[in-house]
Amino acid sequence: MLTVLLLLWPVTAALLLHFFKGKAARVAALGAALLEFALALYAAVLSGVSLAPGGDAGPKFEFNYAWIASAGINFHVGMDGLSLLLVLLTTLLVPVILLSAFRRNFENESVFYALVLFMQTGLIGVFTAQDAFLFYFMWEVALIPIYFLAGVWGGVERVRITFKFFLYTIIGSLFMLAGFVYLYFQTGPTIDGLSAHNASLSAFYNLNLPAATQMWVFWLIFAAFAVKMPIFPFHTWQPDTYTDAPAPATMLLAGIMLKMGIYGCMRWLLPVVPLGVDYWQNLILILAIIGIIYGAIIAIRQQDMKRLIAYSSLSHVGLMIAGVFSLTQLGMQGASIQMLAHGINVVGLFFIVDAIERRTGTRNIADLGGLTRQAPVLTVCFLVLLLGTVALPLTNGFVGEFLLLAGVYEYNAWLGAVAGLTIILSAVYLLRMFQRVMLGPDSTHSATFTDLTGSELAVLVPLIVLVFWIGMFPNTFLHLSEGSVMSILGQVVKR
Amino acid sequence: MNSIILLSALGLGNLFLGFRRSNRLLLPVMMLILGLVLTVNFLDWNQGPQSFFSGMLIVDNFSVAFTGIVLLTALVLVPFSQRYVLDEEANLAEYYSLLLFSLVGAIMLASYNHLLMLFLGIEILSVAMYVLAGSDKRNLRSNEAALKYFLMGAFFTGILLFGMALVYGATGTFELSSISFAVQNPVNESLRPMLYIGMLLMLLGIGFKVGAAPFHFWTPDVYEGTPTFFTAFMSTVVKTAGFAAFLKLLVQVFPAATAQGVWLPTLTAMCVLTLLVGNVGAVAQTSVKRMLAYSSISHAGYLFIALVAFNGALEGASANGIMFYSLAYSIATVSAFGVLKLVADARHREDYAGFNGLAKTNPLLAFSLTISMLSLAGIPLTGGFFGKFFIFIAAVENGYIGLVIFAVIMSMVSIYYYLRPIIAMYMRDADDETAAVPVPVTTFQSGALLVLALLTVLLGVLPGLLAGVL
Repeated sequence: MLTVLLLLWPVTAALLLHFFKGKAARVAALGAALLEFALALYAAVLSGVSLAPGGDAGPKFEFNYAWIASAGINFHVGMDGLSLLLVLLTTLLVPVILLSAFRRNFENESVFYALVLFMQTGLIGVFTAQDAFLFYFMWEVALIPIYFLAGVWGGVERVRITFKFFLYTIIGSLFMLAGFVYLYFQTGPTIDGLSAHNASLSAFYNLNLPAATQMWVFWLIFAAFAVKMPIFPFHTWQPDTYTDAPAPATMLLAGIMLKMGIYGCMRWLLPVVPLGVDYWQNLILILAIIGIIYGAIIAIRQQDMKRLIAYSSLSHVGLMIAGVFSLTQLGMQGASIQMLAHGINVVGLFFIVDAIERRTGTRNIADLGGLTRQAPVLTVCFLVLLLGTVALPLTNGFVGEFLLLAGVYEYNAWLGAVAGLTIILSAVYLLRMFQRVMLGPDSTHSATFTDLTGSELAVLVPLIVLVFWIGMFPNTFLHLSEGSVMSILGQVVKR
Repeated sequence: MNSIILLSALGLGNLFLGFRRSNRLLLPVMMLILGLVLTVNFLDWNQGPQSFFSGMLIVDNFSVAFTGIVLLTALVLVPFSQRYVLDEEANLAEYYSLLLFSLVGAIMLASYNHLLMLFLGIEILSVAMYVLAGSDKRNLRSNEAALKYFLMGAFFTGILLFGMALVYGATGTFELSSISFAVQNPVNESLRPMLYIGMLLMLLGIGFKVGAAPFHFWTPDVYEGTPTFFTAFMSTVVKTAGFAAFLKLLVQVFPAATAQGVWLPTLTAMCVLTLLVGNVGAVAQTSVKRMLAYSSISHAGYLFIALVAFNGALEGASANGIMFYSLAYSIATVSAFGVLKLVADARHREDYAGFNGLAKTNPLLAFSLTISMLSLAGIPLTGGFFGKFFIFIAAVENGYIGLVIFAVIMSMVSIYYYLRPIIAMYMRDADDETAAVPVPVTTFQSGALLVLALLTVLLGVLPGLLAGVL
């Protein structure tokens, strides 16, 4: 029931937001998002005990309602450790993202915030769905608001770019739907016997399809995830969309939406078609590692800070994919915690870029320089988030990347070695950006630049606390996902 | 049955109201009539099959469901004729009565049990539509639409009738179950070619009425020329009723395996062609009204998939799919045409650019058009998604995977043209002064649009309410 509450509260709040105008809408939206976060924390505390290692890994807080009884499709939601981790990430980032939008003056503010909250329902739905068609449904529910967020409030080229984004993702997810429909017809009848087939996660896990079938079903389902994450070569929508979308939408895309793809792989791909995964494992790992190197090299050449972080995100997500597809406990656990860490870091970085752009009117590295004298606090925040992304020990990025690299190494030492370049390369492009923007010779902007305001600090301080918390006490979060990861791996290895 | 009698009687009564020259009274009366008949119609739900007029009409759950859809569609459409009321349109009572009479035809199409009733239903429906297509008497395009529709319609009615005559010649009866029996147990094998030709001609005749390719050429011109209010009626009620008739014909008359070998390839070919022509044609349009015309062709294509995949009964996945799809499609289309009519009346243009900046001036219109476009494109959260989903599932279940793949590719194409009005409304600014003023909308119409949007979302969120009723 708690899961249903988590699902319904944001969309209800989004509808109620219609009655608020201007500043009141901001406060109401933020309040609603904070309440949602409190709910998620409550769920985490409630389930904390049973999620200890060796505990029951099955979904908690389940809710099952016969959605379309005649077709055996259920509104079945629930949270296991992995879901909970991502729900926590979502509910944490949404208030931060809302807060980050406070400094802007949008047209139709209440609609903007309502769309963000509406999207939260879709995201939480994706992370908690236990029925394939519900998962697909929520997957698309999350897409509609982000399309409008990026398309209405975006930059000059928004119409063309968001259209490309929409088309890419929807075509990818239609392939996934086709895969689900195929699997659906392979399942047995529901318990009540009303329908000849059902689409529940457990039914999909017990299919035992022949390897030849799994090989092509793999690509149907993977298409949606490949576009969403995105994995090289399905990434061409990503840099443009990240750059042109308004900062809060970019944060939603990079901070949370990207994780839908990785979570989808872990929950709906690996255990469902393990033999297909086995067959394509090498190819996916190689694509992921190409993505790591490719994203990093392009990031080095970028002049636009937002674009640079977009490519760095492509590079980092490549490592997470590689970790997941290494099919090792280390790699999967690394991906789980790195999803959390990457979400926090990338949102923080996009926020700082946005803060600089609001003050100076540019994100171009060449036009900036010497900002640090006027803004010491901003410099420190920027540096911490940056080092987190570079994976310096004691920061959150280190834990994730270390586990991921160890996982890939365990699968294949050579691949691990190439993937390890990511740490060097990300240090190159991120520190280069930091050096040119914050340090370096004074630019025309450095005299008039101002430091962070109170509300901006309110966004960054919690993120920075988490950077260190996850970096120093990763076990809090690793324990959360351990049971789920083990049961997923058990499902994969069983075949 | 009661609904047919009530509608005819009240339609006549409505004509007399016209003598009072009081248009303001007409709209509420019209809504009252439709609401009343809708309620009466559902009294027959789950009463088992009842036959009337010596078995010429049969009222069962199937016919009640489809009658419900056409009546509901008419009910939610009527508010958009408010402009006629305000403009003191002289012949409004006649228009309304013609609408009611054409609904009688639509209901007959959903409940016929005798080919004569099929023919009468189609004619009652069509003749009223011929007149309404030309109701904008001073507009040349409206005249053209009426003439085209009438000439083509009369021609295809002839083909339908010819087909019926041949079927009668081969089987010796007009009654559905007797024809079905005669098809399966032929007295004279040599008459079989005659039966098949008759069957095919009937398919063509009904195919024309629902705007299926390759008999779709009239659709864009007629839809464009007809006053928008009646276009909406044409593309929803006529189509829904046409498909109900189609399904009954295929399920009850020609289910035998041998007959299936004749009509199934024809129907599949029509289906593929309709999907292709509708979707590709819509991409090239610059006028929203013409785009909606092509879109209505393409939706006939999706409904054809359910016909191809039907499982031999007026219940179950296929019939349910057609019912759900028709309902979701009708609601979304009424809302789309409603917004189009309001915008076109105010801005005097029907192209995409006419919608520029509508989200700023009229958020509600933009919102409801967005919902209906998403529904027509089959994006989740709207009824249109589950309509497509149910039909595709039914088709996959019966092994028509290739057809479904083709349809999915076509619906990817459709996303392109359904997004265009959304992009215009939300992401582009008005390009001249006339477009910067809000489009006048009455509270009544706003309410109707809101109800339509809510219905679409309701169907998209709780499809289980209607998914298994047939």
